[in-house]
Amino acid sequence: MANIESGIYDIGYLDRMADRSSIIHKLDARAKVLTTIFFVIMVVSTDKYEIAGLVPFIIMPIILISLAGFSYSYFLHKLVLVSPFVLFVAIFNPYFDRVPLCNLGPITVSGGWVSFVSILLRFSLTVTAALVLIASTGFPQVCRALEQMGVPRVFTVQLLFLYRYIFVLMEEGVRMIRSHNLRSFGRKIQYSVYKHLAGNLLLRTIDRANRIHMAMLCRGFDGEIRTLHTNKFEKKDLIFVIATCSLLTIFRFVNLPQLGGTLFLRLF
Amino acid sequence: MSHHIVEVKDLRFTYPDGTVALKSISFRINHGESVALVGANGAGKSTLLLHLNGYLSPSEGTVRIGDIPLNKKTIKDVRKTVGMVFQDSDDQLFMSKVYDDVAFGPLNLGLTAEEVNSRVIAALKTVDVEHLKDRPPYKLSGGQKKRAAIASVLSMSPAILVMDEPTAGLDPRSRRQLINLLHGFEHTKIIATHDLDMVMDLCDRTIIIHGGEVLGDGPTADIFSDPTLLSAGHLEQPLRMQSCPVCAKGHQWEKPLMA
Repeated sequence: MANIESGIYDIGYLDRMADRSSIIHKLDARAKVLTTIFFVIMVVSTDKYEIAGLVPFIIMPIILISLAGFSYSYFLHKLVLVSPFVLFVAIFNPYFDRVPLCNLGPITVSGGWVSFVSILLRFSLTVTAALVLIASTGFPQVCRALEQMGVPRVFTVQLLFLYRYIFVLMEEGVRMIRSHNLRSFGRKIQYSVYKHLAGNLLLRTIDRANRIHMAMLCRGFDGEIRTLHTNKFEKKDLIFVIATCSLLTIFRFVNLPQLGGTLFLRLF
Repeated sequence: MSHHIVEVKDLRFTYPDGTVALKSISFRINHGESVALVGANGAGKSTLLLHLNGYLSPSEGTVRIGDIPLNKKTIKDVRKTVGMVFQDSDDQLFMSKVYDDVAFGPLNLGLTAEEVNSRVIAALKTVDVEHLKDRPPYKLSGGQKKRAAIASVLSMSPAILVMDEPTAGLDPRSRRQLINLLHGFEHTKIIATHDLDMVMDLCDRTIIIHGGEVLGDGPTADIFSDPTLLSAGHLEQPLRMQSCPVCAKGHQWEKPLMA
């Protein structure tokens, strides 16, 4: 119960982060969305056994987090929180892929372990990038940017509603669980009870959706959601996009760690 | 200003599952009147309200707003005229910022950006929440949400305000502030509520709905000093009147259940 409740406040915290002001916050949302997408593509498109080539990419989130004035521990904490999902996805790689790939002294490392580490790295990089984007921009602004960039309205509006009502829904869910816990004397929610709770929540959600739709119709809703916002894509945004994307392209296509290594060997 | 008249004639409504919610309702509310709709839970108040802006259409009978009979063709005009304030403000504030919510209606009316902006600011100022315009609705208190919800309706400049339980869930001070705010409005007001003390402050006329029918319709003072009528509608005199020996007239209200 406590976990769900603290979850609500946590989403709220992400929102408060977006309310701050910094160079990164002041960039146009579209610029940030573009570079984040580019970052994710560059990271994901690397070879399955790539580890060294991914390392330079770490610089990117580090720079953004420090420029935006966020604390690293917050993002690390989030990464640890969601990592079980990825561990579950990647854990079978060492089992299935046993081809020896390299030797670290007496230990032979199989391809499975290398790709396992690679997946973890990729996951950490992409999730951090997405989190930094939302924390420095705000979810509604990200949706608006997506819309301005041509994502169909149906999707962006769905996302906005999801974001608006996740708090209301979670509070409703928390109240139900609380009332269950108060009368269950330490017993966990049983499946037979759980299905009623979930069903009830679904029905309430449908009811609420109906009322919201009604409220929208009352104010002239005709299928299109209009907002009054004028955000300008300025020169600094363009510079940010070009600079970041070219840096990322270099990271992706030039093996910097290897280059550094060769340089090191030649010098000494 | 015949536009601001609400006329309901022989209204009957049956829900698809066969429940008869409204049997036969007739009344006429004139321009500038402030009318309370009171009655027990399930008496049909909310169903009636949903007819006033065309969300539900009558099984029999008619609803007229001003000169316009309410039907599919006129629904847009009617919704411009009749502003609905819902009981749960969370249903009404669906955008991610208060400003966007208040701008939602005017933008749908196809107004220019400047016009929309000036209407939004004016509406927010009227309910005294201009400083909250960039806040997400989920961060507001109950009283602030209610004000924002009212602003989101005011920005469409409706002539008639329809409200469902406006004071429910508000703390005494927010309730008082809301009453004072509504008192200053010149709109025709139709308020469905259980808060009879508020009715005494705001409404000159009261309609009692019971079992889908009009049980009583008249000046609030008269209705509230008729204990038999109130009892029949599952109501009690406002607390304020109960302690008054003259108004209460020695009527025995049902005693609370003792443990």
